Amino acid sequence: MAKLHISTTINGEPEEFLCTPDETMLDVLRNQLDLTGAKEGCGSGDCGACSITLDGTLVCSCLMLAAEAEGKAITTIEGMAEGETLHPLQQKFLEEAALQCGICTPGMLIAAKALLDENPDPTETEVRFWLAGNLCRCTGYDKIIRAVLDTAADMRGAS
Amino acid sequence: MSDSNNKWIGENTIRPDGADKVTGRAAFAADTSMPGMIWGKVLRSPHAHAVIKSIDTSKAEALPGVKAVMTAADIVDFPVDTPVALGIQDMRWMCRNVMAREKALFHGHPVAAVAAMTEAIAAEACKLIEVDYDVLPHAIEIDDALADDAPILHDWMEFDGKPSNIAGTIEHSKGDVEAGFAEADVVIERDFTTRPVHQGYIEPHACLVSVASDNKTTIWSSSQGQFMVRAMVGLLTGLTQSDIRAIPAEIGGGFGGKTIVYLEPLATILSKKSGRPVKMTMTREEVMRASGPTSGSKSTIKIGVKKDGTITAAEGLYWLQAGGLPGAPVRGAVGCALAPYDIPNGHTLGYDVVCNRSKVAAYRAPGAPIGAFGVECVLDELAEEIGMDPLDLRLKNAAKEGTEAVHGPVYPVMGYVESLTSAKAHEHYNAPLGPNQGRGVASGFWFNAGGESSAQVNITEDGNVVVTTGHPDIGGSRAGIANICAELLGIDYKRISVLIGDTATIGFSNLTGGSRVLFASSMVVTESTRTVIRTLCELAAKIWDIDPDAVTWEDGEARPAGANAGKFDPLTLAELAARANETGGPIGAGAQVNTTGAEGGFGTHICDVEVDPELGIARVIRYTVLMDVGRAVHPAYVEGQMQGGAAQAIGWALNEEYLYDKDGKVDNPGFLDYRMPVASDLPMIDTHIIEVPNPKHPQGVRGVGEVPLVPGLAAVRNAVHNATGIRFNDLPLSPPRILAALDVREAAE
Repeated sequence: MAKLHISTTINGEPEEFLCTPDETMLDVLRNQLDLTGAKEGCGSGDCGACSITLDGTLVCSCLMLAAEAEGKAITTIEGMAEGETLHPLQQKFLEEAALQCGICTPGMLIAAKALLDENPDPTETEVRFWLAGNLCRCTGYDKIIRAVLDTAADMRGAS
Repeated sequence: MSDSNNKWIGENTIRPDGADKVTGRAAFAADTSMPGMIWGKVLRSPHAHAVIKSIDTSKAEALPGVKAVMTAADIVDFPVDTPVALGIQDMRWMCRNVMAREKALFHGHPVAAVAAMTEAIAAEACKLIEVDYDVLPHAIEIDDALADDAPILHDWMEFDGKPSNIAGTIEHSKGDVEAGFAEADVVIERDFTTRPVHQGYIEPHACLVSVASDNKTTIWSSSQGQFMVRAMVGLLTGLTQSDIRAIPAEIGGGFGGKTIVYLEPLATILSKKSGRPVKMTMTREEVMRASGPTSGSKSTIKIGVKKDGTITAAEGLYWLQAGGLPGAPVRGAVGCALAPYDIPNGHTLGYDVVCNRSKVAAYRAPGAPIGAFGVECVLDELAEEIGMDPLDLRLKNAAKEGTEAVHGPVYPVMGYVESLTSAKAHEHYNAPLGPNQGRGVASGFWFNAGGESSAQVNITEDGNVVVTTGHPDIGGSRAGIANICAELLGIDYKRISVLIGDTATIGFSNLTGGSRVLFASSMVVTESTRTVIRTLCELAAKIWDIDPDAVTWEDGEARPAGANAGKFDPLTLAELAARANETGGPIGAGAQVNTTGAEGGFGTHICDVEVDPELGIARVIRYTVLMDVGRAVHPAYVEGQMQGGAAQAIGWALNEEYLYDKDGKVDNPGFLDYRMPVASDLPMIDTHIIEVPNPKHPQGVRGVGEVPLVPGLAAVRNAVHNATGIRFNDLPLSPPRILAALDVREAAE
């Protein structure tokens, strides 16, 4: 299968890669670009562990063809902190113990950030429905939901 | 019980591995790779039950890009007539589970494996392997496996002198059950069923294995125990254990399901054959088809009480599905079922039944939720029958210090009664309910466990601390260890790094499982740290030229012990570390202990549901977990265990189950159709931590990981009963089941 040449932007940096037409973005991130923060939990878009944003829109990278990245901007968990400074969501997840095993955490954070970018003042119900596509088997979601709500409140206070 | 003198134990510190986990840096097993690495893939049986007559791998071997092909012939055989125990596992079943030997025993059972340049080539090669099967009738459900004309899975298995699918029994007995029932005013006997459910960890099984030409082998894998991986891979491949270095990758959930190996021995053999590092991962579908769920079950529970609520006798009869090879968690079911109660006459008996499903693996308090389910449902019905509050009925019969359990032990001091009295007094228990809403309660027990643990505590030259233990951190145990070590040393917890050692760098440590890790690891960390503190005092004594006994360690520094010791300025950890070279050399100590003194854990749950009468959907609207944890070393992660266990119980009670088609193939092998709770399915889960310290542990720790799942099945079911007036005895309480029962009632009215 002839490979496609893709020019894209990942976490603010220009990036080029070759991929077959049937390769997923998740496979290219993990196996070619050494960006293993996005995890494969299901490969079918049901668990959200591979969440990234594509031009600001939340997507499951396991459901996206790598070729679709052409000319677009991708953000992964590796691009969430600014240098040494964690994103407020990352910091709050740590402070409030909103992770146990940590495998869902990158996807959960990307999804939560996409929510707060769109809706800085979500209700608990809105957070729960937004994150319904991100499975966590350890926490029972309680601390994750609290962390997102508390971050939103902090960020509103700061702005 | 919080000790006001404590600075770090009981603090919600930030976990030492936290920054790695929230930035995507943490390396889970599938995140690792090596130069020259190739990919392995498993060919799995398309039949639920079939004799493997022959396997021809020649076409696969000839495919360009294929580097190695293997079958069961490459795995060490453990003949079925000689048990070979490794922990609680038997290698006779393990060698047949990792790859089908005489027979394929379930749809998805590994039959062969291939390593190739890409995963796609490996998958293509699997299709070229020709397997000649003799397809047999299959038995999926317990009743199918126990029927007179059932297909017998193993010709070497007999029960009562006849060929059978019953692999064994476990029984506990106390007093005279018949006499006890004769004393009762009310006796209720009911039949229950539960369905197999999967642990549902979000990270599929994965490993990377490199075998050098001299057999030196390195394994990175997702497991609950690197020493278990080393031992099992050694036994199954014939490699010596000292040649194997098993490195624990970060683990993305396990809940018991990663206490055994699936891919590691296959990747090891493929790596040895190919001379290349081999990476293998399971797809979610493979996880669901071929890794351990827990058992489905059926049970009959009979309990008798006097009018005042005194239990006179209780009996539980259980059948648990093992999957294709023996090993259902019968011990957990029959041992934990009646454990919360002081019962004069009790009897539990459980059967381990093989059937054509994937072999079960441990799942969070293995067997105990099944054991508790029927008992806690019958207690609910008895309470109603005699007009007693269900918590009062449990309080009346609650096990306490000195109670002799039906499964044997005499209990030490413990906080089960406190979980009930706290529940009774809890605002949740006394809150009003709306239309179509109901409230349920239930209690549960888990044994907890001790066992082997090793730790090393080293002081760095700049006066900080590196602690190494041998237990994979599955849910924040590093944070608890950092708190304990900081407390003992009297220094800031941030000065402590906690590492998980691999099999070459730390002494033997048993699995992360059984709710044992913080119990056991904090014991060895405490012993190591105390030795380090003794050394630090000796160094100070040397500097001051006084007797070491005249030095004490307080708040992170050595001080003269009282006025008679002499007047010296205190020496801090950093000062002593800086002078270590002139006073005696490196500062560090290790401990290896087979820990004992783990005591059982108890908890009580309160659940509110609202049932939609039109759709049959039961929705949990409020949930409270009350539990004796001994000592909450890191309360936030203790709460997390309580909340996560409750969420799994809610899933088990309401939605999760394996569905099979008529050919014996799992029909819902993915997260879309195997419906685990998502965020919008659940309310916040309240927790109430009770601390009755375990006197046999230096910090009072009991296990906390497993008890939270145990009461949940019955708590949800009892709530649904309260909301609908219907006693559902078969899980899950999915919308079709509830709706059907509502329709039947409507038709009868």
